[in-house]
Amino acid sequence: MPVQVRGEVLDVRRAGGYYVLSITAPGIPEQYRPGHFVTVGIGGEESGLILRRAFAIHQVQSRGVYGGTLDVVVGVQGKGTRWLSERGRHDTLDIVGPLGKPFILPKEGVPCVLVGGGYGSAPLFMLAEQLRERGCRVDVVLGASTEEKLYGVLDIKRVSSMLTITTEDGSSGTKGRVTDVLPDIMERNNSAVVYACGPMGMLAAVAAIAAEYRAYSQCSVEESMACGIGICMTCVLPVIGDDGITRMVRSCVEGPIFRGDLVRWDEIGTIPADALGAPALDMS
Amino acid sequence: MTRAMFGRGIGSAAEPIPNTDMSAELASLSMPSPVLTASGCAASGRELDQFFDITKIGAIVTKSVMLRARSGRPTPRMCETPSGMLNSIGLQGPGIDEFIEVDLAWLEARGARTVVSIAGESVDEYGKLAQKLRTAGGVDAIEVNISCPNVADRNQVFACDPEMAANVIQTVRRQSDSQTPIFAKLSPDVTDIAEIARSVVRAGVDGLTVINTALGMVIDVETMRPALAGVTGGLSGPAIRPIALRCVWQIRQALPDIPILGVGGIRTGLDALQFILAGANAVSVGTMTFNDPSAPMRVHNELALALSERGFSSVSEAISYGHRGADIFEADGAGEIEPE
Repeated sequence: MPVQVRGEVLDVRRAGGYYVLSITAPGIPEQYRPGHFVTVGIGGEESGLILRRAFAIHQVQSRGVYGGTLDVVVGVQGKGTRWLSERGRHDTLDIVGPLGKPFILPKEGVPCVLVGGGYGSAPLFMLAEQLRERGCRVDVVLGASTEEKLYGVLDIKRVSSMLTITTEDGSSGTKGRVTDVLPDIMERNNSAVVYACGPMGMLAAVAAIAAEYRAYSQCSVEESMACGIGICMTCVLPVIGDDGITRMVRSCVEGPIFRGDLVRWDEIGTIPADALGAPALDMS
Repeated sequence: MTRAMFGRGIGSAAEPIPNTDMSAELASLSMPSPVLTASGCAASGRELDQFFDITKIGAIVTKSVMLRARSGRPTPRMCETPSGMLNSIGLQGPGIDEFIEVDLAWLEARGARTVVSIAGESVDEYGKLAQKLRTAGGVDAIEVNISCPNVADRNQVFACDPEMAANVIQTVRRQSDSQTPIFAKLSPDVTDIAEIARSVVRAGVDGLTVINTALGMVIDVETMRPALAGVTGGLSGPAIRPIALRCVWQIRQALPDIPILGVGGIRTGLDALQFILAGANAVSVGTMTFNDPSAPMRVHNELALALSERGFSSVSEAISYGHRGADIFEADGAGEIEPE
């Protein structure tokens, strides 16, 4: 069950184009599973920025002098993330978590491939560790537009069987996109499961490749959300249910991890005509 | 006053220190607190129950339910604005039958007081919704969301026309259990909100929810298109608080006795106090629940303290206190009430 806690910032450090915040968050690390996220209140009690920002949990430590702590990776995209990047040691933050449904792990040690776009690599580190513990081969592919937008290359190398880097400008690794190198990696390692976190376009392409290779895919989506706890209905996307019916589901509580073959990627941002409750007529 | 900002175990869930009598009435609905959730900002209570005990606040006002399952509008449905947000959800929901079977049943089993918000596209639909609720258990009051467009009448919003608003209320009143109080949720997007209020009161409403969101718009300067897929959306949050407060004040002056549920950008106990002083009998915490999932309980506790600090021993003593000295209240023979 998620908790709302007052967290204390222990450290803020630059990592390429990102900031990594370490925060005390008693009650959250104890419940953490890879894929969970937290939301953070922005700007304090009088803030005009009223919407919480959501971040995938990057790392947790449930013991130590501070009790439970967690790390999040922040990319500065606007006023709210700018404010967060400017926090200092001992500042307090309003944290809610753990939220969402985590990644599903295979029962057996099957070969897995983890794909991270930009700071979408953040939730993959502890996932990789847990997969390795289960005896899985863990290939990792990190991609970004440019080297500065890659996150955690050195750290993830330690937990991956093989790491492949792609950048669109060729500043690091293979020039191109993660999807340019993924088929080869899957082919070579007979990958059974693909885990992915990154922009929607990347997830859609990764899910398609996974389907082509008959691999199971788990995609962590990033939809803009107001509440993160399932009450605002803003973060919906069309997902096919077990009964074959498409519903507009909340990515915060029913995701953020979805099976890649069940998300109707091309129709995100629309209401598919056959979705449950879709308007019979144009409503506009 | 100090704000206990955080949830369970950190402060806000603790009992309020002061002895203030926090009981509140909205028509025939008696509640242990004057703080409710707001429709569309609490789903059906289950998620918030993880953060505070939902039976301790006044009531859960559920997300407006329609006759049939509805997918809502495409994304983006939301955009942050200065001290607020714009939304265009399009009333996504399961439809009344599943709502009664799943959500209402859960709320009843949980022991929460429930105000069921209903929305229709025609007068007939509102009537059918009221009929369905008549035989359902756990309905403590009905809030009629008349701020949706009437599809039959060229998308005219019911709440913006006194006659259409009254038609809806008459129909709901006729189809509902006579013991169930009915509230009409009014839109601020009208020239004279008191006129709409008088019209629905004449049509038999038991109370008024004041206000729904104000229609707004944002253009994304990167794409140079409207930020919401629905183009326009409802503006909510602290940005609209002064508008909501003004509406409560105007309606209280026009209708001294009608129960009012004040809504609009309430973030703290002091915000809630403003609404009560303006004439609200109870208040809803809406959008700020997205900001702080413990907000309704926290606002309750902060309000108890704020009332006590000002010498009020109960919520009821403070209702309309901001109007003291005005003719409308002296005519009732009440005169000016001084807190202890």
